[in-house]
Order: sequence, then structure tokens, then C-alpha cells
Amino acid sequence: MTVPPTPPLIGLKGIGKTYGSGTVALEGVDASVREGGFVSLVGPSGCGKSTLLRIIAGLIAPDHGQLSWPASGARPSDIGFVFQDATLMPWARVAENVYLPLKLKGVAENEAMPRVHDALARVGLTDFADAFPRELSGGMKMRVSIARALVTEPPVLLMDEPFAALDEFTRENLDDDLVTLWREQRFTAVFVTHSIYESVYLSERVLVMGARPGRILADIAIDAPYPRGRAFRESANYIETCARVSAALREGVAA
Amino acid sequence: MNDERYSRLTRILVPLLVGIAFLLLWEGLVRVSGVKPFVLPAPSAIAESLVVNFGSLMGSLWVTFRVTLAAFLLAVVGGVGLAIVFSQNRLIETALFPYAVALQVTPVVSIAPLIIIWVGYDRVEVAVLILAWIVAFFPILSNTALGLRSTDHNLRDLFRLYGASRWQVLSELQLPSALPYILAGMKISGGLALIGAVVAEFVAGSGAATGLAWRIVEAGNRLDIPRMFAALFLLSTLGICIFFCLTLIEQRLLRHWHESAIRREI
Repeated sequence: MTVPPTPPLIGLKGIGKTYGSGTVALEGVDASVREGGFVSLVGPSGCGKSTLLRIIAGLIAPDHGQLSWPASGARPSDIGFVFQDATLMPWARVAENVYLPLKLKGVAENEAMPRVHDALARVGLTDFADAFPRELSGGMKMRVSIARALVTEPPVLLMDEPFAALDEFTRENLDDDLVTLWREQRFTAVFVTHSIYESVYLSERVLVMGARPGRILADIAIDAPYPRGRAFRESANYIETCARVSAALREGVAA
Repeated sequence: MNDERYSRLTRILVPLLVGIAFLLLWEGLVRVSGVKPFVLPAPSAIAESLVVNFGSLMGSLWVTFRVTLAAFLLAVVGGVGLAIVFSQNRLIETALFPYAVALQVTPVVSIAPLIIIWVGYDRVEVAVLILAWIVAFFPILSNTALGLRSTDHNLRDLFRLYGASRWQVLSELQLPSALPYILAGMKISGGLALIGAVVAEFVAGSGAATGLAWRIVEAGNRLDIPRMFAALFLLSTLGICIFFCLTLIEQRLLRHWHESAIRREI
């Protein structure tokens, strides 16, 4: 593993977390994410990948170890978070849902609305600003959720299996759109998934995790230029890398 | 005729036809069997009594309506308010909730005499108001408390992530997501406020109360059964109106987003 020349944005050292029930969710997790990087956490359910994401977000505190932000010095005040379900407020229209992060920060509505509409335009939902969430398909709801996470232009975007409940076709479209947004806005992305194919397609690095206790088994760099597109999905490199991630996962189960 | 218009028409027409058929059957049976009016008056006799006593009955309806509405509104304010206090402070909830339950499970008839003595016979309307409020208060409290606790956990996390204040979490997240629960509580309480008002009036009794319940007692004492039925009819109508109004408010507020209020196209 090569040491990055600049300090990473996110540094994890010896992170451990045990839940009240006695389940060891994480043990001795060391990892780092470079500024502007795209890292996926892939692993079976119960490997603590969501817990790790929540620790990075500051939603839960680790029992052991240290989370540091070497490049910025402290946790950025803006962190975008996308949940597995779109987690929209059903009583509010799409635009109001996207406005929420700015509203909570005290940005006036007339000042925020251009940014809200800009965020909606970037996910291709300009025409749905006045719709209610229940009128949208699963994929569109997820797009609203992404627009909401990006409306504050956060330096970090954390995603917890955001496309897991979507059909294959919608999922591939959203994968492509996500990479485009990442390349345009240069945020640092940490993406949790249980899909090997998705993790290899999206990220610069895949951290393979194992369960009981949750830990990192392998750190696999994906050596392919962006934009990746269909050609990459069908390349030998892609298939070979997926096989390596899969092998690392199996090793963790056998051990 | 399309399906929607058909169903709307059916929803109004069918119960109406059943009602008319029932009244005709009633009228016919009373006439044929020759039952005395002080046992079972015919619908026509009840209608006649309603017209003859219109002034006094309407006055009483107004008294009962006023007390019911005031008790209901105070129950909404008190119930939602206390539930918000509970949601902000677990200790206060732990300390007070058992007493709210105690107040609810004690039959209102049994505390009515006490409340009337405390408030005084010269202010029976206030006593009736308090008793109706006690009955109407609890469903709103318990429903709102449940609603405030039932917010989506991920949305709560999201609010925390963006550094939302307690007030923001309450006003932007907890109250909107509790709205269906609050409205369901209000629908129960609207009916209960009326029941509470009537029961309290019965207990308050002779001459002091002037609401519809008292008209029923009075008519019973005089064996003026048609008038008793007329008062009963007005009481039911009032109850139905309260229920319809609250259902309408519920539909209006929830139609865009809550499953309960959405008309599905099949």
C-alpha cells in the first residue's frame, strides 16, 4: 500500500465499537480516504460497514480508536448523507425536501431556492420540484435524496447502500450519474454496498470487510480511468477485479 | 357514468334510502299496531314536536354545542401541549402520565357530582365544560405522544447531522409526522366531548343545566316522549356533524401524503 503524499481527509485508527447487546460491530479498523477520493465499503450484512459510516458521520461515537480529519483538521460542518431508503419527508414537496439542510442552517427560502433548483437540475428532476414524494418512483426518490445531500455542496458524501432496493437498470443509471456528480463537484465519497459489481464499478478503492467481528480484510485499488461507462463494465479488467474482491470476501468467511 | 361518480352517489344515496325505508316502516308499524305515543311515537309525531318546540330545543342545542366545542378545543390545546412537554422531558412524562391515565379510567359520572359541588351550582356550565374536557383530553394526549415518538429514525439522524435545534426537530419533523395521529385522536375526542357534556348535564340535573341532555330528562319526567326523541335526534345530528367536520379536516390536511387520505386509482 502506497502512502499518499498529501494527508488524507478521513483517518481511521483502531476503530472499535461494541453494541449494548454485546455484538462486536467493529474491531481494530484502520483506514484512510484521500481528499476527493471515492472509496467503497463492501461486505456481508453484519460486518459493521453501516456502523463505520455512521461513525464517520458523527452519528455514533466509537468505543475505541480515533477518527481524525488530517487534511481539514476537524469534521467538516457539512456532510451529505444518503440512506438506504430515500428518507424523504412525505408531507413536504420535493423542493421543500431538498431545501431542508439549508433551512436547518437558517438560509432564507428565497436565497436557497436557486440552489435547490440547481441541485434538482443536476439529478435531472427539474420538472418534479412541486411533486410529493409518494408520486415518484423509487429511483426518482433516491435522486431527490442525493440532491438533498448535495444541496449544501458538502466536501464529504456518505452513502449507506443507497441503491440496494432499486432494480438493476435504474441502479446502473444512478451509478453513472453519481460518478458524473462526483467528477464535477469533487467531493469525497464513501459508499457502502453489498454489491461487489457496484463497488468495483464506482470506486477508486474497495475496502473489503468481514463480519464477527467487523474488520477490514483487504484494500483493493481499482485501476481504471473515469469516466468508466459500459466499456469498463464489459472489460476483462472489471471482471478480474470483481473476482479479486469476491475472493477476498470468501477468505473472510472461511477464516 | 364513471366509477368515481358512481361510488360517490352510492355512498350518499344508499344510506339515505335505508333511512327513509326505516322511517316509513316505523311510521306504518306505529299506525297499524296502535302503540301509545308515550311508548313509541311515530316519526311524524317526533317531527311535529320538533317544530312545536323548535325555539327551546334550538336554544338547548346551542348550549350543548357551545360546551362541547369549547371542551374539545381545550382538549386539543391541552392534549397536544402536554404531549409536547412529555416528548421534550422523559422525567415529566414518567411523573405525570400515570395520573393522566387515572383521570381517564375514572368514570366521568362518578366524579361529576364532586366537580359540580366544587364549581358551584350557579356555574353548572363551567362544571360541564370541565367534565367534557376530562373525557376528551386523553385520546389526544396519548395519540399525540405516540405520534411524536413515531418519527422515522433516519430522518431524526439527518436532522442531527445538520445540527437541527430541538425546536426545529419538533416543528419540522415531529409535529408534521405526528399529524395523522393527532387527527385520529381528535376524531375520537370530538365524539367524547359531546358524550362528556351530556353525561355531565344528566348528573347536574334539575333546572341548573339547560342543554339538550336536560331537555331529555325533562321530557322523560313529563312523559313527553316525542319531544324526548326530538332532542335525541338533534343530539345525534350534532354528533354526526362533529364527526363529519373532523373527517373533512383530516382529508384536507393529509390528502397529499398520508396513505389514509389518498384515493387510489385501481
